[in-house]
Amino acid sequence: MPDPEHPLSQENQRPISGWMKWLDRRTDIHSLLNEALDEPIPGGARWAYVFGSGLLYLFLSQVITGVFLTLYYVPSSDHAHTTVSYISKVVSSGLFLRSIHAYGATAIIILLFLHISQTLLYGSYKGRRELLWLSGCFLLALMLGMAFTGYLLPWDQKAYFATAVGTNIISEVPLIGEPLQQLLRGGPQMGTLTLSRFFVLHVFVLPGMLIAFIAMHVFLFRKAGAAGPFKEDPVYPKLPTQKFYPRQLVMDMVASLLIVLALALVAYFVPVHLGPEANTSDTSYIPRPEWYYLPIFQWLKVVSGRWSLFGGILLPGLLALLFAAIPFLDRGRERRPWKRPVVVAGFAIFVACYAGLGAISYRDDRTDQNVAAQLTRQKQAEIDYMRQPFQIQSQPSNPVPVALVTADPLIAKGTAIFAEQPCGGCHGDRGEGTTEAPALIGIGQKYSSNQLAFLLHHRTPQMIKGGMPPVDLNQADTDALVAYLRSLK
Amino acid sequence: MPAPAHLPEQMPVPVPERRSFLGLLLAAAGGLVSATLAIPLMRFATFPLRVPSEEASWSDVGKIDEFLSLAEPVARTIDVKKIDGWRSSVVQNGVYIVPTGSGNFKVLSSVCPHLGCAVRWIGKRDKFICPCHGGTFTNIGVHISGPPLRAMDELESKVENGILKVRFQYFRQLVAKKEPVG
Repeated sequence: MPDPEHPLSQENQRPISGWMKWLDRRTDIHSLLNEALDEPIPGGARWAYVFGSGLLYLFLSQVITGVFLTLYYVPSSDHAHTTVSYISKVVSSGLFLRSIHAYGATAIIILLFLHISQTLLYGSYKGRRELLWLSGCFLLALMLGMAFTGYLLPWDQKAYFATAVGTNIISEVPLIGEPLQQLLRGGPQMGTLTLSRFFVLHVFVLPGMLIAFIAMHVFLFRKAGAAGPFKEDPVYPKLPTQKFYPRQLVMDMVASLLIVLALALVAYFVPVHLGPEANTSDTSYIPRPEWYYLPIFQWLKVVSGRWSLFGGILLPGLLALLFAAIPFLDRGRERRPWKRPVVVAGFAIFVACYAGLGAISYRDDRTDQNVAAQLTRQKQAEIDYMRQPFQIQSQPSNPVPVALVTADPLIAKGTAIFAEQPCGGCHGDRGEGTTEAPALIGIGQKYSSNQLAFLLHHRTPQMIKGGMPPVDLNQADTDALVAYLRSLK
Repeated sequence: MPAPAHLPEQMPVPVPERRSFLGLLLAAAGGLVSATLAIPLMRFATFPLRVPSEEASWSDVGKIDEFLSLAEPVARTIDVKKIDGWRSSVVQNGVYIVPTGSGNFKVLSSVCPHLGCAVRWIGKRDKFICPCHGGTFTNIGVHISGPPLRAMDELESKVENGILKVRFQYFRQLVAKKEPVG
């Protein structure tokens, strides 16, 4: 028998140990834990409810692996590809972590699909759960944004061209399309500014929003309570409840562990590829987005030309609005899927069309000889690139030589005088300035030789105040020192 | 239609001990998995600490003929190639070629063994002087006065095809013994 108890009953409090008592008096953690773990689930724990926790777990995994990858990654078009290559080929566990991160994105998409399907099928959006549903819609959009922005960061051929196409689609939006595209790209063309923008979105903006919306989603979920099986009333649950802990927690953890295990196995045995560095002048490259965006890509091929505005912008927008409005449109208390044919069948048809478009795209690429050959070449180029050892990036040598040696004997003499005198102690060894005194570099542009010589022997009040000692040099030495000062550029 | 809340195996009404035991088990399992996942993360983060420090590379100083009949130390700037993570960079360092009599010479690092300022050759006084804290050395780099605890650091050098080459290294500062760092 699952323990039929009122959600608010305080029986079965877990016993509290000594150190826990110490902590509890200071934090109230005990009741917080009870609050978290004793969430009542009408009708008891089920495997069908594990997807939400699985998503949270995957998100955490993405955050952790993402933070670690950033230890080596540099978001600039000069270095991004080299650093990802370094991570993949040189750093211990680098390829494994990068693969976990890249496959984690795919896993999140799959779990999002399962989570949404379960919610739609069970009618769990009913019963004052509109905001819960809407926050979920935002989370879906944010996650799709994460997938899109993260894709560019490795800056290989695939990343560059897929993003070029992806950002081209944005310019189709009426009126604001062009400026929006330029805003996202940081200019009319893709370049290093695009990479910076995508990096900022992927690493700061979207994760921040994700965390906020996840918190809201979880809060609203707890406020509304678990919906339970589909014969349960959405507003006034009647079924006997079971607490979240232990059964549902165990199920959630087992599911999360299976996900992690699957991810780790795939990442270990089939690590992700990094292709050759983006070559912006390559006209033969055929970009293909990640599998979950492939149907959209195919759809845009179908609706090109005069249908592009309707098919590419208006229809998807309408569908998205319709999807977000489901709890407002389907308001009845009936939750059994066979009694709600419009929503369930509508979703099923959409999924079937989406999958169909993906299949068509896949088939077209295989049947067109030229495309198939080019895609095979591209795949082979990635495999070849992964086999090559890491190429260290050579930096141009620093063009500013160390000012130890100079050709002009007068300046050389001045250099020696500057070194002998205590000048460098305040003005810096090479006149670069310190906290004690200003830089002397460029002083030759401000004063003529005569003015400099005069200043050396007749200090201004400001120089005296700054602690500059009197300079005691004969004419020849003064000329040499002035020549040196004027050579500081 | 599933029956209400009847799971394949029935949970007995949980008694406190059992629940806390389960909690312990859960924590242990979670801890084990986290620890396993932490291994690649830690290896990834600590990778730079395990990269064997590279052999110091040889840099060209100049044609050997220039240095066979020196009257006093001369300064030269050398390009030192360094592996810096995922890039190789070229840094410039100053060295002194110091005559030691009868056509021989040695190569000294211009880095002061006290705190790393660039030591200057002051020909007029026939000594090396460090501008930062006033350390002085003879014309062959032997310590005379001031805070440095040892002589100027000699660098390994060799001649190949008429070119003088030197292996630039940094040495630990503020100690009496010359020991290379990094």
